[in-house]
Amino acid sequence: MRRGRAHARRGRIGLLFSMPFLAVFAVLYAGPLLAGLGMSVTDLRSTDAQHPFSVDFVGLRHYRRLLHDEVMRKAAWNTLVFVAAGVPLTIGCGLVAAVLMHRGVDRARALFRVGYFLPHVTSIVAVAVIWRFVLDPQSGLLNEGLRAAGLPTAAWLADERTALPSLIAMAAWRGFGFDMVVFLAALQGVPRELYEAAETDGAGAWARFRYVTLPMLRPTLLFTSVYSSIGFLQFMEEPLVMTKGGPDGATESVSLAIYQQFGGGDYGYAGAASTVLFFVIVLVALLQFRVLRPRHLEAR
Amino acid sequence: MSTVTAPGRDTGAAPSVRDAPPRTRRARGERLRRTAIYAALSLGLGLVVTPFAWTLLSSFKPEHEIRQSPPTFLPAHPTLAGYREMLASLHLGTTFTNSVLVAAAQVSANLLLCSMAGYALAKLPFPGRRAVFGLVMAQMMVPGIVLVIPQFVVVTRLGLTDTLLGVVLPYLVWPLGVFLMRQFIAEIPDELLQAARIDGAGEFRIFFRIVLPLCRPALATLTLLSFLNAWNNFLWPAIVAQTQDRYTLPVALALFSNEETTHYGLLLAGAVVVITPIVVLFLCLQRFFIEGIASTGIK
Repeated sequence: MRRGRAHARRGRIGLLFSMPFLAVFAVLYAGPLLAGLGMSVTDLRSTDAQHPFSVDFVGLRHYRRLLHDEVMRKAAWNTLVFVAAGVPLTIGCGLVAAVLMHRGVDRARALFRVGYFLPHVTSIVAVAVIWRFVLDPQSGLLNEGLRAAGLPTAAWLADERTALPSLIAMAAWRGFGFDMVVFLAALQGVPRELYEAAETDGAGAWARFRYVTLPMLRPTLLFTSVYSSIGFLQFMEEPLVMTKGGPDGATESVSLAIYQQFGGGDYGYAGAASTVLFFVIVLVALLQFRVLRPRHLEAR
Repeated sequence: MSTVTAPGRDTGAAPSVRDAPPRTRRARGERLRRTAIYAALSLGLGLVVTPFAWTLLSSFKPEHEIRQSPPTFLPAHPTLAGYREMLASLHLGTTFTNSVLVAAAQVSANLLLCSMAGYALAKLPFPGRRAVFGLVMAQMMVPGIVLVIPQFVVVTRLGLTDTLLGVVLPYLVWPLGVFLMRQFIAEIPDELLQAARIDGAGEFRIFFRIVLPLCRPALATLTLLSFLNAWNNFLWPAIVAQTQDRYTLPVALALFSNEETTHYGLLLAGAVVVITPIVVLFLCLQRFFIEGIASTGIK
């Protein structure tokens, strides 16, 4: 009897302790998410923000408009390119760096870890300043290096052909250190005996990587690819602070286009576009879970 | 590492190498491989760190030297002109204070509220606990841009636009922090808490006197990750803060970087001021960063 009361009391305190999270979640996450869905079928504009219930229902008008919006189409294509090139590049660099660190580095480990991780912990605004400076066509370090090596230079952010690749390289530069740290932690969990057994069987370095390391890293690969894809699908801060989507829409992303609609006051249309983006992100994450989930779960 | 080589594997080696005893031959190959790995990783490190170093050095150059082509690496005429201009233009006193206030509020709220929720989720069975944990995970997955607009409508309704409270409000409880604390608290043995209960300690007392002190390493990680999150946050503060007096450092810097006429010297000095606290913190406490990332990343 007394035990039961103590148990119930503990339960009440548990609920009490969870309240701050639940309150913030309800007011600033669940509520807005549903409101966003609702917004997308109304003509809500910035001028209505004080009276959100006085707006009219417009059905799927915004969604139909999305299909024919040239800016959105271009943005969707750019986002696709950014994800398709950026995610493998970032994860690949992170994996290579982690394997090299794991196989050959015992001294100065901290130095490499800190160095590679530094861009990841740096504010995107500061990174944007640094990269615009490095990529400056006249006084930038990159073109100077290329000139010194006798290679052709480019206008990078000012050129339609090189602007998006520049941002992809920057995002990979900024993100791979995080993946490296995660991979490195996972590699330390791979039993040494597996490598020794593979070596005894005559497996070379590549075979050991392909048949021991990669399969053992499958859960980590799943985590990093879902995590990076969610991040890269939303990319907007890079173009927002570096190119404003230009030149001529070459770096316009879906999130940036949504943000610009929001800035223009068309909340309903922006809500429709973000709802579509949300479902695309969920879909991509689910797809990756299917393709990359650990093998032992597939048998079931 | 075993020194026994598999039979038949070394028959194709060059004669001079074949004459050497197996141990030194292996050691030589190993040393060569290590050197190659160090060289590759150092090259990568150079690529990562050079832009930072060049920015730091260039922030001490006069404007004409920054714009000069070909560029210089070391400052030929060192000056603090960029910093002086930045101090005035970014209203550094105000923006820096705002950034510190936002970070302090966000970090302290996270430390208290995330560990409370983490303790409840790990050790206090209540109806719907699994569902609440599901919500924590769900919130981590929801993309920011989808939420920004309706969140702005909510904050407007609450009358909190252009206030620092509005800037921190959505981040008072951070799901990643809840998750981190829950994972850590779950490792605390139940017997310890049970013993305290038998001694007559209430749940609040147990939380503050037993659980929190045991969580010190996790709280250190949470402090750092949460500070990073607050200090670097850009999009939301840029939306909520609408007047100069409420700008945080990254918001002020971004506004200047979008103007064609802005001097590079000002921007580079601003970037250095934004980055320095992070670098110092990170260098001192990198162990906690890495452990935090690794522990949330793999599970």
